[in-house]
Amino acid sequence: MNTQTEIKGRSLWFDARRRFFQNKAAVGGLVALTIIVLISFIGPYFAVWSNEEIDWDVMGSAATLGMPSFANGHFFGTDDLGRDLYSRVLQGTRVSLLVGVIGAGISVLVGTVYGTVAGYVGGRTDQIMMRIVDILMSIPFMFVIILLLVVFGRSLTMLFVGIGMLSWLDMSRIVRGQTLTLKNKEFVEAARATGVSTPTIIRRHIVPNLLGIVAIYATLLVPAMILTESFISFLGLGVQEPLTSWGALISEGAGTIRYDTEWQLLFPLAFFVVTLFSFFFIGDGLRDALDPKDR
Amino acid sequence: MNDTILSVRNMKVYFDVRDDAAGGIFPKTKKLKAVDGVSFDLKAGETLGIVGESGCGKSTLARAIIRLVTATAGEAIWMGRDLLKLSNADMLAVRKDIQMIFQDPLASLNPRMTCGEIIAEPLKTHFKGMKKAERREKVCAMLEKVGMDPAVINRYPHEFSGGQCQRIGIARALITNPKLIICDEPVSALDVSVQAQVVNLLMQLQADLGISLLFIAHDLSVVKHISQRIMVLYFGNVVEIGSADQVINHPAHTYTKKLISSVPIPDPAIEIERRKIRRQKRAAALG
Amino acid sequence: MDILDVKNLSVTFDTPDGDVHAVRDVSFRLGAGKTLAIVGESGSGKSQTAFGILGLLPKNGHASGSVRYMGEEILNLPEAEMNKYRANKIAMIFQDPMTSLNPYMRISKQLTEVLVYHKGMGKREALRESIRMLEAVRIPDAASRVHMYPHEFSGGMRQRVMIAMSLLCGPKLLIADEPTTALDVTVQAEIIDVLIDLQEDLGMAIILITHDMAIVAGTCEDTLVMFGGNVMEYRPTIDLFETPQHPYTKGLLEAVPRLDRDVKTLSTVSYGFLEGDEK
Repeated sequence: MNTQTEIKGRSLWFDARRRFFQNKAAVGGLVALTIIVLISFIGPYFAVWSNEEIDWDVMGSAATLGMPSFANGHFFGTDDLGRDLYSRVLQGTRVSLLVGVIGAGISVLVGTVYGTVAGYVGGRTDQIMMRIVDILMSIPFMFVIILLLVVFGRSLTMLFVGIGMLSWLDMSRIVRGQTLTLKNKEFVEAARATGVSTPTIIRRHIVPNLLGIVAIYATLLVPAMILTESFISFLGLGVQEPLTSWGALISEGAGTIRYDTEWQLLFPLAFFVVTLFSFFFIGDGLRDALDPKDR
Repeated sequence: MNDTILSVRNMKVYFDVRDDAAGGIFPKTKKLKAVDGVSFDLKAGETLGIVGESGCGKSTLARAIIRLVTATAGEAIWMGRDLLKLSNADMLAVRKDIQMIFQDPLASLNPRMTCGEIIAEPLKTHFKGMKKAERREKVCAMLEKVGMDPAVINRYPHEFSGGQCQRIGIARALITNPKLIICDEPVSALDVSVQAQVVNLLMQLQADLGISLLFIAHDLSVVKHISQRIMVLYFGNVVEIGSADQVINHPAHTYTKKLISSVPIPDPAIEIERRKIRRQKRAAALG
Repeated sequence: MDILDVKNLSVTFDTPDGDVHAVRDVSFRLGAGKTLAIVGESGSGKSQTAFGILGLLPKNGHASGSVRYMGEEILNLPEAEMNKYRANKIAMIFQDPMTSLNPYMRISKQLTEVLVYHKGMGKREALRESIRMLEAVRIPDAASRVHMYPHEFSGGMRQRVMIAMSLLCGPKLLIADEPTTALDVTVQAEIIDVLIDLQEDLGMAIILITHDMAIVAGTCEDTLVMFGGNVMEYRPTIDLFETPQHPYTKGLLEAVPRLDRDVKTLSTVSYGFLEGDEK
C-alpha cells in the first residue's frame, strides 16, 4: 500500500509563501531588513574604532575633524565626544532590533496563549480575563515604564520588562476575537464530537489557524516596539552608556545639529527609517499573502 | 426492543436569547425552545431521516444527543445508558461509537491539516497506543473505502472539490467503526451530481457495515430516498414519525402535507397540475 | 419582437493565472411574457451570463457577442445608459435579498424612493403604489408592514419585498438569480407561485437562474442547460424533460431523487460527453 508514490500536498503556508514572494514591496523590505541585520552583526569586524573608544584628536572639533571619512577610520564620522559613529550605529541597531524582536516575541507567546484560552473557554473566564486586559490597557504605560526606569535604574532588563508588559495586550485581544470565530467552525465541532480534549483542540485546531494573523501582527509590532524604545531613549531614559540605541543616537544627533554635524543625526535616522519601512512592507505583504479571503 | 440502540425520551433544549421586544436598558432574556420534548427510537442498522425547515431544531437535537450543546431536560439512552448523565470520561468512550458528518464539507476540515491527519484524528483520540504505521494503513484503507485514491493522503482540504471533502468527512466518521453516524445536512451544500454520489456512498457503506444513520436534511426527496423511517420536526416538536412510505404517501399531519405538496417534482405535467391545485386552495382560503 | 435576443455571448475573466472563459457562445431568445430557465451547477456560468447581460461583471470581466433588448444593442453600454435599462426595463433579484435592501431604511422609504426618482410620483401616490405592490406579492397586512425595517421580515418576506421593489417600475424583463435557494421549501413554493402569477398579470418576461431542475419543470417555457460555461441543451421545457437529448441533462434529471418515485440507487452524472470535446 505504501509502495505507490504519494502526491505531495500544497499547504496554505506554501501558497502564502508564493504570494508573498510575488509582492515586490514586501520582498524589497525583506531584502533591506536582511542587509541591515547582516551589517549590524558583520559590520563590527570592519570597524577601526570600538564604540567606547574616544578619538582624542577629534574630540572638541567634531564639526571639522569628525566628518565621515575613510582616511581616519570614522566611516560615519564621530559624535561630539569623538566616539566612532559607525560602531555606535551598528551597536545601536543591535539593541533596537533586539528590543523589537523580544517585545514582539513576548507578545506572541503571552498574547496568543492568553487570547486563545480566554476565547476558547469563554463564559465567565473570558469575561474576567478580558476585563484584566482592559484595566491594564487603561494604565498609561509610558508613564509606568518611565517610573520603573527611574525607580529601579536604567537597564536593558528593566526596559524589556516594561515593554513586555505592554506588548501582549493588543495581541491577546486580536487572538481572542479570532478564536471566537474559529471556535464555531465545523472542524472544531467535529473534533469536539470525536472527543478530542480541549488542550489538544487548542493546540491542533485553533492555534495553527491563528498563526497567520499572529505573524502579521507580530511583524507590525516589531516597529512599534522599536518606536517605544526609541522614544524612551530619546527622553534619555533608555539604555545606559556606553551602550546606545537608535533613539539615543537620534536624540544626540538632533541635539547637536546646530553645530553643523548633521551626519550625527542622518546615519542613525536612515537605519531607523529603512528598518521601520521594511517591517511595514513585510507586514503588509504577509497580510496580503495570508489573507483569509483567498482561501 | 433489544435492537434499539438509541432511545431519546422527551428531549428539551432551551436557549436564553435576548428579547428585543422587551425593551428597557438592560437586555431581558427569553427562552427559545429549540427542541421541545422530542422522543424517538433508533434501531441498529436503521436510517432515521429527520426533516424540517430551518429553525425547527433538527441540528440542535443532533448536537444535544452527543452533548455538543447541553440539553435542558430529557434522556438519550444509548445501549442502556443515559448519555446526558455520563461522566466526561465515560462519554469519551461512547464518542468512539457515535460519529458525525457535517453540512459544509470544506469548513468541517481543518485547513492546516492534511487529509491523512484529519482522518487519523479520531484514531489518535481513541486508540492512543496505535502505531503510526498502523494508523496510516487504516487511513489509506478508509480512503479507498470512500472511493478516493490513498495517494492523496498528504493533500490539504483546499486542494479537493466539495464532494471529495465530504468523502474525507465520511472517512473521518467511519475510521473508528462507529455504530451510529449522525449526518447533519451532509449533501445540501453539494451540487446535485455530487449529491447523488455521496448519497449512494452513504447508503452502500451503511449496507456493508450495518451502521445506523440519523440523517438530518431539509430536502424531503433525499431523506425519503435514504431513510427507512422519517421524523418530521416543526418548531422543536415531532409532528409525525413513521415509515418513509407512510409519511410521504399517507401523511397524517397538515404540516407534513404542506411540506410534501411544496417539494417540486421534476416533471412539467405534474408540476403544472400541482401549482393549479395550490392556486385553487389559495383562492378558497381567501374565500 | 423578442424582449431579449442574446447571440454568442461570451464572458472572460482576466486572472493572474491567465484568461478564464466563464461563458462561451451562449445564444437564446426570450419573447414578451415568456419564461426561460438557465439551469446549471456551481461554476456552470449561469450567473455570469446574467451579469454579462446586465453589465454587472467585475472589473476584470469582459463580455462579448450581442445582447439586444427590444432590438437595441445593450451589451457593453456605458454605465450611465445601462443604468436606465437596469432601473426601468430590466430588473434583477438575487439569492440574498439583503444585498439589495438597505438595513437602516424603512421598506416604505426604499420603495417610494424608486417611484419618486424614476417615475416622478408624489410621496403619497408612491406610498399607495408601494402598498399595492406589496399586496401583489402577497405580503399580509401590507399597509402597516410597509413601515418596517428589512430585518423585521423573515427570509421569505424579504424576498417578496425584493420582488415588489424590482417590479415597481414595471420592467419588461425580470432576471431572478437563485431567488429561492436560501429559503425553505414551503416558502420556495409560495415565492415561485407569486412570481408566476405576477408574470401572468403583468406580462413581463422572466429569466430564472437555478440549479434545481424540479423548480424549472412547472414554471418555464424554455430551458437552457449549462455546464462549464457552455450550453448543453436549449429546448422547450416539456420536451427537454420528456426526452433529454444531452447526456448531461439526462444525468442531472436522474441524479435527483424524486418524491413520487422509488429507486434503489441514484444514477450519477457521467461526464463521458466531455471526452472528444474541445478543451
